Amino acid sequence: MATFQEFIQQNEDRDGVRFSWNLWPSSRLEATRLVVPVSCLFTPLKERLDLPPVQYEPVLCGRANCRAILNPLCQVDFRAKIWACNFCFQRNPFPPTYAGISEVNQPAELMPQFSTIEYIVQRGPPTPLIFLYVVDICLEEEDLQALKESLQMSLSLLPPNALVGLITFGRMVQVHELSCEGISKSYVFRGTKDLSSKQIQEMLGLMKPAPAGQPGRPPAPQEVQPSCRFLQPVHKVDMNLTDLLGELQRDPWPVPQGKRPLRSTGIALSIAVGLLEGTFPNTGARVMLFTGGPPTQGPGMVVGDELKTPIRSWHDIQKDNARHLKKATKYYEALANRAAMNGHCIDIYACALDQTGLLEMKCCSNLTGGHIVMGDSFNTSLFKQTFQRVFSKDYNNEFRMAFGATLEVKTTRELKVCGAIGPCISMNSKGPCVSENEMGVGATSQWKVCCLNPSATLAMYFEVVNQHNAPVPQGGRGAIQFVTQYQHSNTQRRIRVTTVARNWADAQSQIQHIESSFDQEASAVLMARLGVFRAESEEGPDVLRWLDRQLIRLCQKFGQFNKDDPASFRLSESLSLYPQFMFHLRRSPFLQVFNNSPDESSYYRHHFMRQDLTQSLIMIQPILYSYSFYGPPEVRFYTPSVA
Amino acid sequence: MGFRDGLTERLVYRESRTSRVDEPIQGCSRMNVNQQAHMASPYRQPHTGYQGYPQTGYGGVNAEVSYSAQYAPYNGPASGYQQGGPTSGYSPNTRFHSKTLIENISDLSSSSLLDLGPVQPPLTSEAPVLAPQAYNQHTQGGLQNGPPAMSSQAQRSPVSQPYVPAHMLPAGPQPAYQQEQSGAPPTSLHQMTNQMAGMQIVSSVPPPAAVPYVPPPSSQVPATSAPPSFSQPPPNVTMSQPPLQGFYSAPLPSQQPFAISAPPSQPPVSGAAPLPSQPLLSSGLALPAQSAVSGPRPLSLSSFPTGPPPRPQAQVMPGPTPATQPTFGGVVSSSSSQPQITGPPLLQPTVPPPIAQLQFPGSPPTSQPQFPGPPPQYSHVSPPTSQPTHLHPCPAPTPSFPPVGSAPPITSGGPPLSHQSLSGPSMSQTSHEHFPGQSTMSRMPPGPPTITHGHPVQPEMQGYQPQQNGAFGQGMPLQPGYSGSYPRQQNFGAPPAAPGPTPAPPAPKRLDPDSIPSPQAPELPPVQRTRHRIDPDAIPSPIQVIEDDKTNKSSEPFTTGVRGQVPPLVTTNFQVRDQGNASPRYIRCTAYNMPCTSDMAKQSQVPLAAVIKPLAMVPPNEALPSPVDHGEGGPIRCNRCKAYMCPYMQFIEGGRRFQCGFCSCVTEVPPHYFQHLDHTGKRIDCYERPELSMGSYEFRATVDYCKNNKLPQPPAYIFLIDVSYSAVKSGLVSIICEELKTLLDYLPRDTNESESSIRVGFVTYNKVLHFYNVKSSLAQPQMMVVSDVADMFVPLLDGFLVNVGESRTVINSLLDQIPEMFADTRETETVFGPVIQAGLEALKAADCAGKVFVFHSSLPIAEAPGKLKNREDKKLIGTDKEKVLFQPQVSFYNTLAKECVAQGCCMDLFLFPNQYVDVATLGVVPSSTGGSLYKYTYFQATTDKVCFLHDLRKAVQKHMGFDAVMRVRTSTGIRAMDFYGSFYMSNTTDVELAGLDCEKTIAVEFRHDDKLSEETGALIQCAVLYTSCSGKRQLRIHNLAVNCCTQLADLYRNCETDTLINFFAKYAFYSVLNNPIKNVRNSLINQCAQILACYRKNCASPSSAGQLILPECMKLLPVYLNCVLKSDVLHPDTAVSLDERAYLRQLVSCMDVAESQVFFYPRLLPLQKLNVESETLPMAVRDSEERLSKGGVYLLENGLQLFLWVGASAQQELLQNIFGTTSFGQIDPNTTTLPVLDNPYSRKLRDMIESIRVQRSRYMKLLVVKQEDKLELIFKHFLVEDKNISGGASYVDFLCHMHKEIRQLLS
Repeated sequence: MATFQEFIQQNEDRDGVRFSWNLWPSSRLEATRLVVPVSCLFTPLKERLDLPPVQYEPVLCGRANCRAILNPLCQVDFRAKIWACNFCFQRNPFPPTYAGISEVNQPAELMPQFSTIEYIVQRGPPTPLIFLYVVDICLEEEDLQALKESLQMSLSLLPPNALVGLITFGRMVQVHELSCEGISKSYVFRGTKDLSSKQIQEMLGLMKPAPAGQPGRPPAPQEVQPSCRFLQPVHKVDMNLTDLLGELQRDPWPVPQGKRPLRSTGIALSIAVGLLEGTFPNTGARVMLFTGGPPTQGPGMVVGDELKTPIRSWHDIQKDNARHLKKATKYYEALANRAAMNGHCIDIYACALDQTGLLEMKCCSNLTGGHIVMGDSFNTSLFKQTFQRVFSKDYNNEFRMAFGATLEVKTTRELKVCGAIGPCISMNSKGPCVSENEMGVGATSQWKVCCLNPSATLAMYFEVVNQHNAPVPQGGRGAIQFVTQYQHSNTQRRIRVTTVARNWADAQSQIQHIESSFDQEASAVLMARLGVFRAESEEGPDVLRWLDRQLIRLCQKFGQFNKDDPASFRLSESLSLYPQFMFHLRRSPFLQVFNNSPDESSYYRHHFMRQDLTQSLIMIQPILYSYSFYGPPEVRFYTPSVA
Repeated sequence: MGFRDGLTERLVYRESRTSRVDEPIQGCSRMNVNQQAHMASPYRQPHTGYQGYPQTGYGGVNAEVSYSAQYAPYNGPASGYQQGGPTSGYSPNTRFHSKTLIENISDLSSSSLLDLGPVQPPLTSEAPVLAPQAYNQHTQGGLQNGPPAMSSQAQRSPVSQPYVPAHMLPAGPQPAYQQEQSGAPPTSLHQMTNQMAGMQIVSSVPPPAAVPYVPPPSSQVPATSAPPSFSQPPPNVTMSQPPLQGFYSAPLPSQQPFAISAPPSQPPVSGAAPLPSQPLLSSGLALPAQSAVSGPRPLSLSSFPTGPPPRPQAQVMPGPTPATQPTFGGVVSSSSSQPQITGPPLLQPTVPPPIAQLQFPGSPPTSQPQFPGPPPQYSHVSPPTSQPTHLHPCPAPTPSFPPVGSAPPITSGGPPLSHQSLSGPSMSQTSHEHFPGQSTMSRMPPGPPTITHGHPVQPEMQGYQPQQNGAFGQGMPLQPGYSGSYPRQQNFGAPPAAPGPTPAPPAPKRLDPDSIPSPQAPELPPVQRTRHRIDPDAIPSPIQVIEDDKTNKSSEPFTTGVRGQVPPLVTTNFQVRDQGNASPRYIRCTAYNMPCTSDMAKQSQVPLAAVIKPLAMVPPNEALPSPVDHGEGGPIRCNRCKAYMCPYMQFIEGGRRFQCGFCSCVTEVPPHYFQHLDHTGKRIDCYERPELSMGSYEFRATVDYCKNNKLPQPPAYIFLIDVSYSAVKSGLVSIICEELKTLLDYLPRDTNESESSIRVGFVTYNKVLHFYNVKSSLAQPQMMVVSDVADMFVPLLDGFLVNVGESRTVINSLLDQIPEMFADTRETETVFGPVIQAGLEALKAADCAGKVFVFHSSLPIAEAPGKLKNREDKKLIGTDKEKVLFQPQVSFYNTLAKECVAQGCCMDLFLFPNQYVDVATLGVVPSSTGGSLYKYTYFQATTDKVCFLHDLRKAVQKHMGFDAVMRVRTSTGIRAMDFYGSFYMSNTTDVELAGLDCEKTIAVEFRHDDKLSEETGALIQCAVLYTSCSGKRQLRIHNLAVNCCTQLADLYRNCETDTLINFFAKYAFYSVLNNPIKNVRNSLINQCAQILACYRKNCASPSSAGQLILPECMKLLPVYLNCVLKSDVLHPDTAVSLDERAYLRQLVSCMDVAESQVFFYPRLLPLQKLNVESETLPMAVRDSEERLSKGGVYLLENGLQLFLWVGASAQQELLQNIFGTTSFGQIDPNTTTLPVLDNPYSRKLRDMIESIRVQRSRYMKLLVVKQEDKLELIFKHFLVEDKNISGGASYVDFLCHMHKEIRQLLS
């Protein structure tokens, strides 16, 4: 085995996993002393060109509270056709289909190179992707025109069988019916009144008395029927929708001098969520909100319509002067949770010169895995290209997006999971491997990630629960299995299973090893996520202080120095860059709000919380490119002083 | 005879009336119908007929019968009437039109006979004889026409009879009659007397000039004598008739005048008529008559010592009256002169006999006949000076007369010469028509002379007679139509044959129209019937009053320059010239002479109210209110009371200041408005400025008069269409959409606009609302569904309200698609509150006023604000909780209405219910916003489409004002206190109308808060500030000055019953919201009784308590009031749905006088008398089954419905002409349109129906009702003079009841 560097790189390439420590301290106490928790960055859908999915169901452990999936780490008795679960040690017989199994005839999931494997499974009827455009029409004519064009263009990018819907909002919210010939119909809602999902469905005429006899069966067929009026296959309504978009007018309600246009973003989102909730629960769907300004009325209002009242700034927030902030945030959070529970994600495309309320609305994307795009105008290439990239396709000519994913983590006994930080919500699944100590979104072993793309990365935090005086765990290594079930963009249901294992090390005797197994890049990002996660809910100074203390403790632990001699301080190579990352992190827009609007901060944090390691690192410490006539641009890593 | 009987009988109202009245009426009718000539013949025949009638014996029989019996008799009589009136009328008409002389003759004879029979039968048998004789003599004297003369006399007498006969005249003639008849009658009389004792209906008018009539007295004398012995009276009555005839005969040429003029003549005539009338009035009447007579005409009295005198007096009165007459003439003419005129008429005639004649010939001709009938009666009644019409006879005659009337006019032409007339009569026999006119006319002239013999007054009498004669004639024998007249004739005939007749009377059912042809039939019935009941012909007849007014007032334009003039009736076609007071088309008052003090007002109990129709349409020959622009400062107003500049402002100090006519405050004249005064103190530019010389004009309002100090936007119309299952299925949706496509091109616009500036918007709804964006730039309309009905809002602004011209194609596309879109709808639930809110919000959003048209089909049970539940609970009907059913179920709509008014959102609601929809609640908004409510129960596309579309077109096209505020200012001393109509009031003075269309009427009641001065009168200024169709802010001002009086008599002389009834109805219908219906009814009755009792006590000449004396102007108050009481709203009937009642209640609340008049007293036109050549409609007949002839076809309209009643034995030719089939059985009762047949009659009839529809604000669906068919029950409901199935009192019963009430009050 080569260096840890290579090991790390290899693991990342194969499994999309980067651990902070690649040797795990064998006891809780030691783990705590390491300051940086045992944790990893996990990219569930890391693009693997060399990973063809297998077309069968995974084999599960029979223990009810385990249900781990057969993986290369399992011990297999080929003769007895029995395998032992490496998480719960339950011995399971192979299913009949595995009758021909032998040492030479192993299924893929038993091969070491398939520590990450993807299954294609049959789960009910395939449901098409759903794209629901929620369009602000309180835009300048030019912006609206550009947006209309972008949207029309996007229709050509969608898969023909995808369902598409359109909601426009301004002072009112209009849900457009797409199935009709002749007269174009839309359902209109007042922009100031929040409605329950049930009310919305009633008002949209989607309530059909469900036949009483079959409560257990998903009434999908029935619900598909009515929903069709608002969500139609692209190939059917292409022309219709293009015309409809073309005829979109700016909000006709007069905007008096000195006022902002009334924009009912909150209700529009609520209706979008409600509509999908009622018609396509637990189906992959994307709500795409295009907004050109802050919500100015109704629940979710961020600022009043008086222009003389500016939108909240960090200053206001700190002075508790932002009237609508808490209410709006709470509102959007509730909304985001509802959407996320149903597997629907929300994108926010906000293009305006002023703030648009991303601070309040960010959770919509953050919790559901949606995108946030912030621009100055819809008529900029920034927006247009970004928007186009949303629909970019992979080498299989499939969208780089997956929907309605659930990520489940299984650990061996010595390890428990504390939480995750990333575009996910908790599914509140308590299991034996759930730690009481929460970090990030915790207290669960399953998370819902409504929308995933190949680069979406979650930070997972673990806790070593092995007691100090207990022996190093059996087998010498701990294992973690990530099970990601999702709807592929081609509507297939897939399950990707990644099983990783690391060796246990006694911190006292093998501290050197442990130190050298430290992945400072991953650790920096993992700590940064923790810091940003805290910053989202706490005051800035506290987070910085916490970060500093963490850094100090780490240096204390691993640094070599003479007391009162700063110059004597040395850090090993594996840690050498870590302080620098922290330095940049401290002054990054993720933790510093100075000179950034709340919206911008939210925007940066949003992106930071989901990017993979490389991107994150760049975000923490911008790259400096050096251009010369004598060669390709040179990247000057980590050396801002050079500039 | 008849008279006395009548008198005595009158006591026994019904008995006497029915029987006797019938007689007189018949007599009258005959008179009218059969014009002189006919008359003559008829008379004679009649005599026989009468005899037959005499069966009038009826009278006797009837007399015996109790009320119920009387009723029954009525029916009999009714039939009799029909015969008399209609039949005769028919026959005449038909004859006239197409029939040969022979036919006519036969008809005449038959009819006359019939009529006579019926009419006189009772009384007549004896009296008739006498009368006839008299007539014969006179007439004969004049000409051999004897018969004609007779007829003429008879006619007149009938006329007189009606009036006097019943009361006064009868007495004179009656005596004889009574005596004669006494035998039988007496008994009846007694009975009658018992019952009716006092019933005289006296119209105040009659000036007592009667004196001259002494002659009559003689006749009267007998009567008088008779009166004492009522029993005898009957005979006397019959006798009296003869006498009358005698009189007539004597005067005939002139005599008629005589008869008419001279009460005596009347007596005779009246004798005939009277008899009937008397019967009605019976002893009571007779007595009263006498008494009345005595009162009025001392001379006559003296002369008339006997009972009869009364009438004679009445007639006589004319003599004295002459002097008075003039005044009367004036007054009378203005008011319902004819009725009153009876007294006055006489006078007038007398004085200007020739003139009168002339007039008659002219326009009146047709009317004359009718008039004649009534007048006579009136005259009779009128005798008492103060109390114009004592007698009811008149009314009765009128009905019958109408038909005749038409004929008479024609004759009138001929009539001029008495001789001619006489000859005519003989001739006339052939044609009844001639008779009346001729007889009257001719007689008139001669009459005077002859009269002179008898009475100096006679001339006047004659004069009257003409009118009266008309009446009489009509009433009398001439016009068959006037069964009454016939009867009289019969009576006459009877008298002669007295003995015989009486026997004849036995034949009870003289009146069958069918039977009419055969003299015999008629003969028998009359008599018997007459006895029992009060003769319906003897009680005041609306038809008569209407016809009289037409005759007297339609020729001359009504100029408004004189303060306190009573305008012509609403039923009269007249032209108005604005000379300083508002046209009666804009304002009508209950009283044009207001009491000076509140004590007087309280005493009289006459409500002082104005019924205002601020934006009324005026006929093309009248000018619209002239525009006035006072510049940027706005209209010039009094500083204190803010009254607008008007003709009552007095300029002083050389024109530098003006003194307000309302509050007397002095205000500076702004420099730009200054003008010098001339020597009379008027401004020099007085006639150049409408506001100084006109009663109505229109100011341009400045921005100060606008909401928010901002000039208004042009209004908008929003159409909200129910597209739930039932509406779609019934075809309603497609009908509406189809119609709107064209209708939108006819939105109202100001006169100088080339295109309407009104914008339109569309909404459909069921449980949710669908708004449509029809912006012109769209290729396709866009539909926007609002399902959040709990919190309604308008989803779009731009594109919802559009200019029709610009968005034409998009709108058409929308209207094409709406029916398709909802063709498969399954939605059955609807909302309603949110629908109104939607309209309101849309207008709010557009910041304009406007009107929303809602087409709704079912009870709104869907979950939404304003959701209703079915609360139809028939068990509540008749209980104290009944009022709850008229109140809105929830207060939601009241609140909503308030908001609508604030925004100027007016709502027209079209309902298409298949079951209970709670009109009381749904109608709250329309009725508070100045909108209209339309209801089409069980809407079916095939049958109701035309009706609905017509209403819709009218609703959309009619001229309107928006966001209006009305303020009524008055002189110090009175104040506008209560308002009734479709509007909302947030304070006590401002009437807020979200919309005000040209048909909406507001009733305002004034109360005293101080004294008024006789000198200055009372001024009323009604100012309406509104936004026109083009968005201009305007102020329409109507000014009206009325007189003030310190004498109650003046008040009673200047009232308008139609307006009074309009007000009472509105008041009562409003009251049912908060009071048990029983209480409302009682208070109505009580108030009317008090009004009449006050009159009786303070204005009428002393007379027996048994006499019912009605002020001339309020002669019809009882009958109309009864109609109001019997209306579905006030008369609980489980067969009528709650919705219907609530609907009618709201409908009436904003009706104008013309509509309410016909609504409460439907117009019943005998189609068999339709003259294909003539422009005029056949004269209406009274709303009683008795007036329907089995052989006829009638058209009944009340402004809402139109019935075509086909008699079971209708003439085949008639059926062929109308339906294209000769078989009664083949007529499809479900048809709602008449087949288009290529014959003049069919064309004429269809034209006529169209013209009637045009007159009404709502389209009337035609229902064909076949006699004996199921539908007939519904039809009968509108025969308001009859007792109805659910227990509504008949006219006669109610009159009795009223009389009782009055007597109680007096004692």
